[in-house]
Amino acid sequence: MKTAKTIEKTVKDIIKKYGGDKTAMIAILQDVQEECRYLPKEALSSISKKMDVPLTRIYEIATFYNAFSLKPRGKYVVEVCAGTACHVQGAANLMDRLERDLSIECGETTQDKTFTLEEVRCLGCCSLAPVLRIGADVHPNLTQDEIPKILRNYK
Amino acid sequence: MSKINTLEDLNKAAKRGLEAIIPSKTKIMVGMGTSGIASGAQAVYDALAEEIKKRKLDIILSKTGAMGMDCIEPLIDVVQPNKPRLAYSKMTAKKVPEVIDQIVKGAINGNKPAYRMDEEEFICLNENKPYLKGPVPKDLEGIPKIKEVNFYKKQMKLATRNCGMINYESIDEYIAKGGYISLFKALTKMKPEEIIEEIIASGLRGRGGGGFPAGVKWQTCRRAHGDIKYVICNGDEGDPGAYMDRSVMEVDPHSVIEGMIIGAFAIGSGQGFIYVRNEYPLAVANLQRAINQAREYGFLGKNILNSGFDFDLKISKGAGAFVCGESTALMTSLEGKAGEPRAKYIHTVEHGLWDRPSNLNNVETWANVPAIISRGAKWFSSIGCKNNSGTKVFCLVGKINNIGMVEVPMGIPLKEIIYDIGGGIPGGKKYKAVQTGGPSGGCLPDNLINISVDFDSLWEAGSMMGSGGMIVMDETTCMVDIARYFIDFLEFESCGKCVPCREGVQRMNEILQDICNGKGKKGDVELLESMAQGIVDVALCALGSTAPNPVLSTLKYFRDEYVAHVRDKKCPAGVCKALIRFSISEEKCTGCGVCLKKCPTECISGEKKKTHVIDQTKCIKCGVCKESCKFDAIIVE
Repeated sequence: MKTAKTIEKTVKDIIKKYGGDKTAMIAILQDVQEECRYLPKEALSSISKKMDVPLTRIYEIATFYNAFSLKPRGKYVVEVCAGTACHVQGAANLMDRLERDLSIECGETTQDKTFTLEEVRCLGCCSLAPVLRIGADVHPNLTQDEIPKILRNYK
Repeated sequence: MSKINTLEDLNKAAKRGLEAIIPSKTKIMVGMGTSGIASGAQAVYDALAEEIKKRKLDIILSKTGAMGMDCIEPLIDVVQPNKPRLAYSKMTAKKVPEVIDQIVKGAINGNKPAYRMDEEEFICLNENKPYLKGPVPKDLEGIPKIKEVNFYKKQMKLATRNCGMINYESIDEYIAKGGYISLFKALTKMKPEEIIEEIIASGLRGRGGGGFPAGVKWQTCRRAHGDIKYVICNGDEGDPGAYMDRSVMEVDPHSVIEGMIIGAFAIGSGQGFIYVRNEYPLAVANLQRAINQAREYGFLGKNILNSGFDFDLKISKGAGAFVCGESTALMTSLEGKAGEPRAKYIHTVEHGLWDRPSNLNNVETWANVPAIISRGAKWFSSIGCKNNSGTKVFCLVGKINNIGMVEVPMGIPLKEIIYDIGGGIPGGKKYKAVQTGGPSGGCLPDNLINISVDFDSLWEAGSMMGSGGMIVMDETTCMVDIARYFIDFLEFESCGKCVPCREGVQRMNEILQDICNGKGKKGDVELLESMAQGIVDVALCALGSTAPNPVLSTLKYFRDEYVAHVRDKKCPAGVCKALIRFSISEEKCTGCGVCLKKCPTECISGEKKKTHVIDQTKCIKCGVCKESCKFDAIIVE
């Protein structure tokens, strides 16, 4: 977890990268999220002050887009693809299994902060359905049975 | 790299590129688009690099994209001087030494290639260049030509002409395939009005779903008042089940860039934007590389090809909002705001991004432009059917044997896509429907299997082209569940601006959830129908007004399934968990014990070699027993 001071520094650098351009707000938030794994409240207030944009505007953007999270996320984000091809090939069973095995519901993070379970709207790997993405790795043609083995690789 | 100013410079780059495409020494290409990487192409690439280094071989190793047949990935292509190009399917790191042996010895043993290519088509140049010189080697006679493979036989690749053919990191290879020649032609030999006339005459319609004539859009934007105009590429491919735009952006980014520069010149725009989905990191990286290359060659920037025309491009990443695929929402998002759509009584071609005239087309549309300019409107309009010229790319996925990306002439019967190209339904199951058009589209049942696949026929049948997802469904797919799935998707993705979509879709979802959970009441189906009509009539944007389509179309063709859910409390396809029950067939169960071990709630019991039994009170209907039973002994009813 980053301290308030490092968050301040991160935000400053990112805003500088975009030359303080207000139309780059989405890109700025994306960069902050990449650094912090979520959007900390301190970061949003800092952006608001530095760029002279009301906090409510930033909050509107941060809550409108699915890619942003206002809650701290785990070390690995486990994303179950909810595209149509994955759905007809049984992605719902993968989600059920993950919820059971991780003892959390979709959208929550495990107590040890290792995994955050999320649903993603189509990864565009429809030919490999159903798929799961953990970090940058896409796991193709899964059955619920294979899930425990895969999770063990990400401890 | 130096700037390209003359046709001579361009030809030099093309020569370099051609030497890379058909080299004078052995080359191995690995298909490394997203789906290739996900199926293990990186490991194959690493193993090839290792093996080549270990044996000190003089072999070029390069990356390419997917040609479309995703179900046989990871795929490698081997090009040897004067020999047919060979494609090896389902590669693994383990098979690498054997394949390298074959290449070194020049003989096929063991690993049989999936198909061969004796020559390669250069669409923009209207010519074929040979790989093979002389007669087909004896040992390769039994290997089918690519055009003899069922999957490719009826395809025609225009927008995806370079996918899987060139190294996506090389601008020279793109130029060798006839790339940027159209740009040269457009900027040095044509007037903007002539380009627009050509696009209008070609009959190119927007490939993003609506099917609006692209040339007419360009013309309106050109005529709109204002000094500053924008061209935008919609790469926010949000339809679940469609990934052709991702493929083109990833593995042939220059075709989109070239199309946009030509469009910008025709319209009179100096700045363009490519809006790409957040979920496509490889597309963003490859587009950025391509933009940098185009700048270095002088195709972007000031005074392009000494024509006095200035234009530059910028990539904007989306942040995961389906509604941003809608043009007005996308432009609002480009401005750095929450991407809400607005009513379109003022067109974006007149007042779009930052209130300035803006012309938006999707990836596939832009990728078609260079081919039309180089080959001419007459050629393009001769492909396809009436009012639907050219080809369309589809992603054929779901319950189908040959899963992949296909490009076919418009007007092809649906049956040919499903059975000839797609190879039919796996496991001897029965075809039920194909879903086209994403969440705004609809289903085409068995009795419409001969429908002509074009914008107008699909619209008449209550579905739509959309961006081109084709999700095939068989008898084990529940149509009520599919409707619920789409409505759930749309409820989540509704931006919340207008009431019919925000509230109406939510209520429809609640009713559908009830029906799937066995709590459906008499009158629910009629209520769904009337709400759907209400939303169609009054929602603000195209997303809202098409949101009820999945319900309307499944009701039109599969009303009996709704009735079975509501009245009989049964799910005929065996999907809706509240309405089904798992049991074990006495006849088929061998008592192997696999299901017993795998059941997460330990609700299966039975002695070895005797029929097992499921305890209904503990069963959570996860289906793991059905997935793992090798004897098809689990009954779902």
